Parts: sequence; structure tokens; C-alpha cells
Amino acid sequence: MRVLRWGENLPALAFLAAMTVFLVAPLLSLFAQAVVSPAGGLTGAVLLRFASAPGLKAAVRNTALLGVGVAAIVLPLAFATAYALERTRLPYRRVLAAVAGAPLLVPSLLPALALVYLFGRQGLLTPVFSGRTAYGWPGLLAADAFAAFPHALILLRTALSAADGRLYEQAALLGAGPWRTFWRITLPGARHGLVSAGVVVFSLTIADVGAPKVIGGGLNVVALEVYKAVLGRQDFPLGAAGALMLLAPSLLAVAIERLAARRQAALVSSGSTAYRPKPQRARDLGLGLLCGLVGFVIVGLLGVCQWAALVRLWPYDLGFTLQSYDFDRFDGGGWSAAIDSLLLGLGTAAFGVLAAFLGAYVAERTRAATPLRSAVAVLALAPASTPGLALGLAYILYFNDPSNPLHVLYGGFAILVAATVTHYYTVAHLTFVSAVKALDHEFEAAGRALGKSRLVVMARVIAPLSAPALVEVSVYLFVAATTTVSAVVFLYPPDVKLAAVAVLNMDDAGDSAPAAAMGTLILYMNLVARLVGLAARSRLARLAPS
Amino acid sequence: MTPPALQVRGLTKRFGTTVVVDAVDLQIPPGRFTCLIGPSGCGKTTLLRMLAGLESASGGQVEIDGDDVTGRSPAQRGVGMVFQSYALFPHMSVEKNIAFGLRRGTSAAARRARVDALLETVGLPGFAKRSPRELSGGQQQRVAIARALATDPKILLLDEPLSALDPLIREQLRDELRALQRRLAVTTVMVTHDQAEALAVADDLAVMRSGRIEQIGSPEDIYNRPETAFIASFVGAANLIPADVCGLGAVRLWGRVETPAPSASFTVGESVTFAIRPEAVRLVSADDARIKAVVATRSFAGAMVRLELAPEHAPESRLMADIPAFGGAPEAGAVVGLEFPSVRVRVFPRSAGELA
Repeated sequence: MRVLRWGENLPALAFLAAMTVFLVAPLLSLFAQAVVSPAGGLTGAVLLRFASAPGLKAAVRNTALLGVGVAAIVLPLAFATAYALERTRLPYRRVLAAVAGAPLLVPSLLPALALVYLFGRQGLLTPVFSGRTAYGWPGLLAADAFAAFPHALILLRTALSAADGRLYEQAALLGAGPWRTFWRITLPGARHGLVSAGVVVFSLTIADVGAPKVIGGGLNVVALEVYKAVLGRQDFPLGAAGALMLLAPSLLAVAIERLAARRQAALVSSGSTAYRPKPQRARDLGLGLLCGLVGFVIVGLLGVCQWAALVRLWPYDLGFTLQSYDFDRFDGGGWSAAIDSLLLGLGTAAFGVLAAFLGAYVAERTRAATPLRSAVAVLALAPASTPGLALGLAYILYFNDPSNPLHVLYGGFAILVAATVTHYYTVAHLTFVSAVKALDHEFEAAGRALGKSRLVVMARVIAPLSAPALVEVSVYLFVAATTTVSAVVFLYPPDVKLAAVAVLNMDDAGDSAPAAAMGTLILYMNLVARLVGLAARSRLARLAPS
Repeated sequence: MTPPALQVRGLTKRFGTTVVVDAVDLQIPPGRFTCLIGPSGCGKTTLLRMLAGLESASGGQVEIDGDDVTGRSPAQRGVGMVFQSYALFPHMSVEKNIAFGLRRGTSAAARRARVDALLETVGLPGFAKRSPRELSGGQQQRVAIARALATDPKILLLDEPLSALDPLIREQLRDELRALQRRLAVTTVMVTHDQAEALAVADDLAVMRSGRIEQIGSPEDIYNRPETAFIASFVGAANLIPADVCGLGAVRLWGRVETPAPSASFTVGESVTFAIRPEAVRLVSADDARIKAVVATRSFAGAMVRLELAPEHAPESRLMADIPAFGGAPEAGAVVGLEFPSVRVRVFPRSAGELA
């Protein structure tokens, strides 16, 4: 029998301990808050209110419909766009890719704001529709679809980018036409990507607070109930129960996704050749028009925000003014909110990169006992299925408990960084995993033979070789931290203002133009971050031996 | 007279200014197994892909069974193809893979029967429901062959179908492939870079170099009567020695020592390349031999011993000789005499830069 060796298992145990503190224990507090009665016994009373109270029942139904509806809108559009980017020779694909990713760079409530400017009560285009507004379902579906689109696009592009050219040649040899090839080869190959994209879109949508608040028009959803319960009525048990309702379908969805992943066979094997798409007039024309429309809508909505931020009184006085950028005149945090968001972005990037690199290193390059390895894998994926609202509320309940020695973290910048890093951990971890996994598996052995410890090999070999992933993850975390509302909305201390939260609060206070202005500021900050990332990557590419 | 199964005339492929396949002519009678061999980059795979219709022709034409198929799509040519990676559809069962090319409208029962018959043919009965992932490399290759045969192709094209396999199973599958091809009598063209494999399976070898077919013939023909120095050294091993013709039936090796050779088609004084295979080199006593050499290295290879010899007249060059192991081959350092039996010698014109 194998002896449990501490040296080999220690890194994995350290990872599990960290994940327990920052994810598992807070979620347990959340769970306890929802199901433990004040007297101390177990109770399902709070949860049951979602099945009986009419308002809450409607919220649950609306949330489910919203999640499914947005997925139904986003998946075909994102698939078509991904197909155009990866499987055609359409011109301007790089431009399209950049535009299609732009919604990631703004808080998710910005598109809702833009829709209000166009189709709201004082909407520019509302008269065209004889006064009918977009509040309620149409606006909500559109705004959440806009926000979720790039997330689905990333996954579907990955699914479509790897294609074995031989399979397509073989299908052609066997007489399959373009449609048959698409249905029998392309679509099955992207099945896993479609399931993942559906899961991500659903989870993101049901946990969104911004769009329902701005354009929901009184339509009730669970996320909004949680938000109102916690910030309005301090009703933590109801908030916790609602957060659990958001957590459960996400967990279920991730379980489905893992199942699909296991059934997916590798479509690209050794000896396969890259698929080289050829022009096809009718298809390319149709996809080109569709992609043009997608790009137009994205640029259009962001452009409307920018426009509205620069006029005196939308839509009555469209004269130019910079007054909306004089943030200190409005209630919401002023310019210091932008500074604080920048700091949160930098802090999250720094700590997140460190955490995710170490996590990926533990997962891929140490040899812990099998059960520990499985636990590491599961916990690394768990944050992806934890809605930001649930995590934020869980953090209050866990870290705000005076009997908790980690209470010191609460009420400062540290808790915001911890929550954001944890919330966005999974993608960062997986990015490093694929980078670290690709490296020669005998580096450590070679190091040992040369008398160097594991740590030396990690610092001097593995880390430098992972530099491109490091840049990618830094930018990802920075952008995520500056745009997130849900993970931080319960946690920000009085002296810290955040730009994305300011957008929400200013719009709430009726200052929608400054809200849009702050949104565009976040957009430009993130554009700069992206460009810095691009420059760093191309510099690394030039330095790297080819 | 039946038309050839495959007739290629002046087939050319240019990528930009580089000519990859250069005006190739090729004629293959029905039922033959032809191997295209040549060093990497010689255009053999491109030629095969042009036969399949996967690459368009820059010039020339391809006829299959007398029909000009040059402009036709792969599916309209009646060819089956097996790739090096097999390219099995990983998300379909063996059965669905094999049935993929069957005409739509084929009834389920007919489909099933056809798949079962094909699996029987390739020696995998009962594998219909398996997933390609569960199969070994050799089994995957057989499924790929069954799939290619399902449409009753007039020509079967094989692109290095054995190169992804372990050496042990490789030889076995090579023989099975050969037997299967004989039994079905399907005209087959196979690309390989492994000349031993080509010699073992082919009815005909077409040796390619720089986009052209340099010689085509039976394996014995190619091995025993190579038409160029390149073929002599590419198919099997050969000693190539610079020489000049010094009389009817004699050449002077290294410009130093005369030896008999079939040089009748050359004029006296012409520079030639003298070629002899290592197993044809005969060792004699050094005492009264005209050509002497020192054994530089001696490596045991089971049935044979390979000697590397430093000839007295050109001590910097090396000759190879394969000597039966049981006869007691000389040790390194020994001085031996050499004879080159004239019937095993080939003489080629020497073009500039051809010989190092």
C-alpha cells in the first residue's frame, strides 16, 4: 500500500485549505442562514416562501424564463458569429472579433441603459414605435443577451477553432454536401461548446441585477429579490434563500456540462491537419450580413451611451457638454470611484494571477493522492457556478461574523479583492492549466537531477514559460474586476467607491447621464488594459525563441 | 481492350511559382497495387490528393475507367481514400462511420447488411457498435478501409496508411492489406515513404523525385535494374563510385583502378557513376586482388554483417559490403580484396553535382 507522503500532498492540501476559507466555508454560512431558524433548528420555511408567496413565485418563474430565453437568443447568434470567425474567410474578421468582445468591457447594466435611451419613456426611437417602450421582457432579454453574448462567443470560437481538415476531406470524398457535413460533422464537433455556452449564459443571466433594475419595468426576478432583501430590508435569511435558488441551477448546469465534456471525443488527433475554409458565396453573404448586424448593434448601443453622456438633456437638448463627466457633482462616488475601480482591478489581477498560477501548478505539476487531485479539480471549477450575488452575500455572513478570526479582512479593500478573485478564479485557473500542462513533464525531474528544488524549477522555468498566460489572465481579471457589480455590491465599505456600482447607484438616483458617462469611462479604461495586454503579448512573442 | 483503371496525362500542380507535381504521366491497369514512393517533398502526397480531387490540377488530366474526372469533385470520381490519421468521425460508431458514404435512401436493413459484410471483409466482425475510441490503431485502420470501400470505389487511395502503427503490427497489417487488395481486386494507389513496405506489397512501384516519376516498374525491376543513380540509392542501399569509361566493358574507379562493368552504351572517357549493392560486393583474398580495402567498421546485423570499407584508392570514401554472418566476416582493421561481379553492376551517366 502507498504511504501517504506529506511532501507530495502538501501543495494540494494548501490549495484545498485556501478554497475552503474563500469559497466553501462562506457558502456553508449562506446555506446555514437560509435553513437554520433563529431558534437553532433546521427549517425550510424561508425556502418554501419562494414556492408560496405570489411575488416570489413569479420571481422564480421569471428567472427561469429569462435564463432560457436569453440562452435561446444568444446561442444561435453567437454560434453564427463564431462560425464566421473560425470557419470562413470573410474579410474584417479581426475587427468583428474585437467588436463582438466589447460587451465584456462594460458593466452588464450599460446595455440596459442604452436601451432605455433608445426605447425607454424618453427614448429617442420610442416615438417611432408609437410610444411603446421596451421595459419588461423585450428590454430585459435584449440587455442580458447583449451582456452574455461575448461569453458564449468565446466558448463557441474555441469549439469551432479546432477542426481536423481530414474529417472534412473524408466527408467530401464520401459524397456529403455542405449541409450534411455541417449537421453530421461540424455541429456534433461543437456540441460540447454549445452546452458549455448555454450553461454560462444561463448562469450569468439569472444572477444579473443590473438589467432587471434598469429596464425590467417592475418585472420581478430572484436576483432582484436578493438585492432588495439584503440592501433594502436587511432580511438576510430571505436573501440567502434566494441566493441558494440561484446557486442550485448553476450547480446543476455545471454538472450537465461536465457530463457532456466526458462524452465528447477528441475531434483533433495526432496526424490531423488544420481545416482551411474555402469561400462559399451564399453562406458567406448571409453570415456577413448577420455579423454586420451584430457588430452594428454592439457598437450602436455603446455609442448611444457615449452620446447620451455628452449631451445636455437627452433627448430634448442634444447640445454638447462634458458636465456628466464632472462626477463629483453627483452622488455615486465621483472620480474616486474610477480610481478605486482601477485599484481593485490591479489588486485583483495581481493576487488573482498569483493564486491561479499556484493553483494550476498544484493541479498539473504536483502528484498528490488521487482523491486530493479530484477535490482540487472540483473546487477549481466551483467558482464558475457560484453567482456573484450568492458569493457576495456569503462573504458578508462569513467574514462579518465577529467570532471569525478572518473578520479583520472585512470592511476593507481586502475583502473586495478576495471576493473578486474567488468569483473569477475558474477561468484564470483553466487558462494557466492549459499553459502549464503543455510544458515538458520532465522539467521537475531534470531539475532534481541538476540538484535544483521544485520551487527553483517553478520560479525559473515554469513561471517564465507561462508568461503569455500570465498576461492574458491579468487582463481578464482586471476587466472582470472593473465591470462586476454582483460580486461586490454587498461588500464595498463606505470609504471605497467602485465605478460599476456607481453606474448602478447614479442611475437609481435618476442621474442616468452621469451613469452612462461612468460606464464609458470603464469601457475606455478596459480598452487601455486590453491594448497593454496585446502589446505585452506581442513583445513576449518576439522575445520567445520560435 | 479494357481501358486502364487510371490514366494520368501531364498532371501538374503549381503553388505560386513552385512546381510540386511536374507533368506526371501514369497508367495503371485494373486491379493493380501501385505504390508511389520518394523522399519527403517529392510531390507524392500531392499527386495522390490530386487523384482524389482534394487538390485541383494546374494542368493535365485524370481519367478513371476511361472517364475524364479532372474537373470533378472528390465524391463524383468514384475513389475511396484512407488517411494516415484514418480520420474516423470520433462521435460516430464504427457502423455509422462505414455507412456514412452509402447512398441516402438505402434501407436500414441493406445498410446493416453492407456494414456487416464490410466488417467481415476487413476482419472485424461484431465491431459495428463500437466507438472509434475503443479501437486499437490497427483496428481503426481497418475501419477506415471498410469505410473507403463502402461506396464501391473504382480506385482505392491510401496515404501512408501504416505509418502511424507500431513496427510489429505494421508488418502484419501490411500483409493483410495486400491479401485484401488481391481478394477484392480493387485498383489501389498507396503513398509511402517506407521503401521496404513498398517493395513488399506493390505490384508496381512509381519512384518520384522533384515532382516527377523517375521510374515505374515491378519491385524486382526497380531493385535490380534501377535506371538512375538516385533510384539505386533510394530503393535499397547502393555504393555509388565516381568512374570513367576506359574501354568496352570496363570502367576506371576513382580514376585509379579498372574493373569490368556494363558500359557498352557509353563512349570511352565519359564520366559515369558506378553502382553496386552492398550484398553484391564480393570479398577475396587481399594478396592478388586489384582492389584492396581496410575494414573500417564491422557491425553485426543478425543474418548479415555490414562492413564499412576504406578502399586503398580512395581512403577517405567508404564502401558498404554485406557479408553472410556465418561465413566468418573479417574483423575491423583487416585488409581485404574486393571484386564487383559485372552482372550486378549498374553504370549511370554522371550529371554535375550528383555524386558527393
